[in-house]
Amino acid sequence: MTDPISLTLAEARDLLRSRAMSSKELTEAHLSAMAAARGLNAYVLETPDKALAMAAASDQKLAKGEGGPLEGLPLGIKDMFATEGVRTTACSAILENFVPVYESTVSSHLWRDGAVMLGKLNNDEFAMGSSNETSRFGPVVSPWRRKGDTAKLVPGGSSGGSAAAVAAGLCLGATGTDTGGSIRQPAAFTGTVGIKPTYGRCSRWGIVAFASSLDQAGPFARTVRDSAILLRAMAGHDPKDTTSVDLPVPDYEAAVGRSVKGMKIGIPKEYRVDGMSDEIEALWHQGAEWLKAAGAEIVEVSLPHTKYALPAYYIVAPAEASSNLARYDGVRYGVRVPGHDVTEMYEKTRAAGFGREVRRRIMIGTYVLSAGYYDAYYRRAQQVRTLIKRDFEACFEAGVSAILTPATPSAAFGIGEKVSGDPVEMYLNDIFTVTVNMAGLPGIAVPGGLDAKGLPLGLQLVGRPFDEETLFSLGETIEQAAGRFAPERWWA
Amino acid sequence: MSVDAATVRRIARLARIAVEDDEVEHLQGELNAILAFVEQLSEVDVTGVEPMTSVTPMVMKKREDVVTDGEIAELVVKNAPATEDNFFLVPKVVE
Repeated sequence: MTDPISLTLAEARDLLRSRAMSSKELTEAHLSAMAAARGLNAYVLETPDKALAMAAASDQKLAKGEGGPLEGLPLGIKDMFATEGVRTTACSAILENFVPVYESTVSSHLWRDGAVMLGKLNNDEFAMGSSNETSRFGPVVSPWRRKGDTAKLVPGGSSGGSAAAVAAGLCLGATGTDTGGSIRQPAAFTGTVGIKPTYGRCSRWGIVAFASSLDQAGPFARTVRDSAILLRAMAGHDPKDTTSVDLPVPDYEAAVGRSVKGMKIGIPKEYRVDGMSDEIEALWHQGAEWLKAAGAEIVEVSLPHTKYALPAYYIVAPAEASSNLARYDGVRYGVRVPGHDVTEMYEKTRAAGFGREVRRRIMIGTYVLSAGYYDAYYRRAQQVRTLIKRDFEACFEAGVSAILTPATPSAAFGIGEKVSGDPVEMYLNDIFTVTVNMAGLPGIAVPGGLDAKGLPLGLQLVGRPFDEETLFSLGETIEQAAGRFAPERWWA
Repeated sequence: MSVDAATVRRIARLARIAVEDDEVEHLQGELNAILAFVEQLSEVDVTGVEPMTSVTPMVMKKREDVVTDGEIAELVVKNAPATEDNFFLVPKVVE
């Protein structure tokens, strides 16, 4: 029989439905794989008792033929999602003992549909980072290594634990959040599939807020089909989030395998950045060839304001973060460091509770919003954002169905390689993904191949607002051509 | 634009984050690196461009002004570091 942790989510679903396997067996296999992979540091909290109880309940439902769409399937949850009665920290010291009394809407949808929770997954502190090295629980080690080399690599970030766990077979799928690339960049680094849906598709209620106009939840999985199955469960209108849209959620799985013949795919010339490696360039070209072979038409498009997306992001995101993170004051929840008056208590609490990257971003955000600087920075950045969105709208109005780009400017790098110097060097990781958040569009990262050192590289497809279906169809076309990639299990 | 040491201290004060004297110089360097990076936005012509307020055009959702939640004071204060009779406790703020 196949090793249960090597199954895709769709395969496991079908085995459970036909009663060829129980949720208990499937869940136990994942719990042992997690125990053997603690060196990767993907989970910051394992919830085996809860997992087994949920699996037992699922097996009863499956026996009666009453299972939901995800009945009995074990998943991991990024530690940015509030889980009722289960410690939720955003991987920050300031929330180290926070136990929510409510459940995030997205995770509640997964449990509604029968999924089993294995535990909480590591991420960069408050999702601020591109390597999972800012977590207060320490870095996640990628299950991928360079050929003939044992150096530890990052899985990307901020959803590094989710990406690593999915790639290493420590869950069938996982939730992530994406503010500037935090789903797509780690998916690309680990050979997994990650989709950031259109802003408003998933409710943000119960997700620890980073930058509210950019944050979106989305799934990680090992195949495009699996990610489509998960997004259907996660998405949906929520009256508790005023930015959640009241639109029906399509059957995304039905879009997997649909023909892409006749679709017009845009290749934006501005993404050909200086210093892009030949391998990334070749992969991008290959991706276009695969889509062309499937009947799509490839056209060059122009997104002239692309180069301004990252600098505008580093004004908008810290500004919103400085406002959102004002709530961590040592009064209502989280840790408190005493002071002789209330101001000193706030200042000491926040200095001790936030890590360096978070403090830095709060300070940048505070500065750009401060009196006299608002127009020069924040207002201008939001104007540039309008221009970025118009660039995309012009492409879509010209009949382009989706835009194809590389997901990242390079393959994964080593742990500790980019933490010392200039913070901007780390920020450049998100150069291809951040435009998509600025415009609120859906974007999917799918594995395209391995580089010369044997590390995964990803391609990104960007779609029209609320047209995630096209991305699943195109993503699967690339998956069929590129194949799937799994790391060797050196850690177990 | 770049920030000096006094500005770093002022921002830290506004952000309610205590900063030690020996951290100021390092922070100043990091903040200036980021500010130098975002400086390129000044070359964009934004004349007459509306600042974005919402990525998807949507009408603000409204609901009836009625009580939909409440009577859960114990849950509200459950994660607080210091409470008494379902009130949050803070250091004395009024002399």
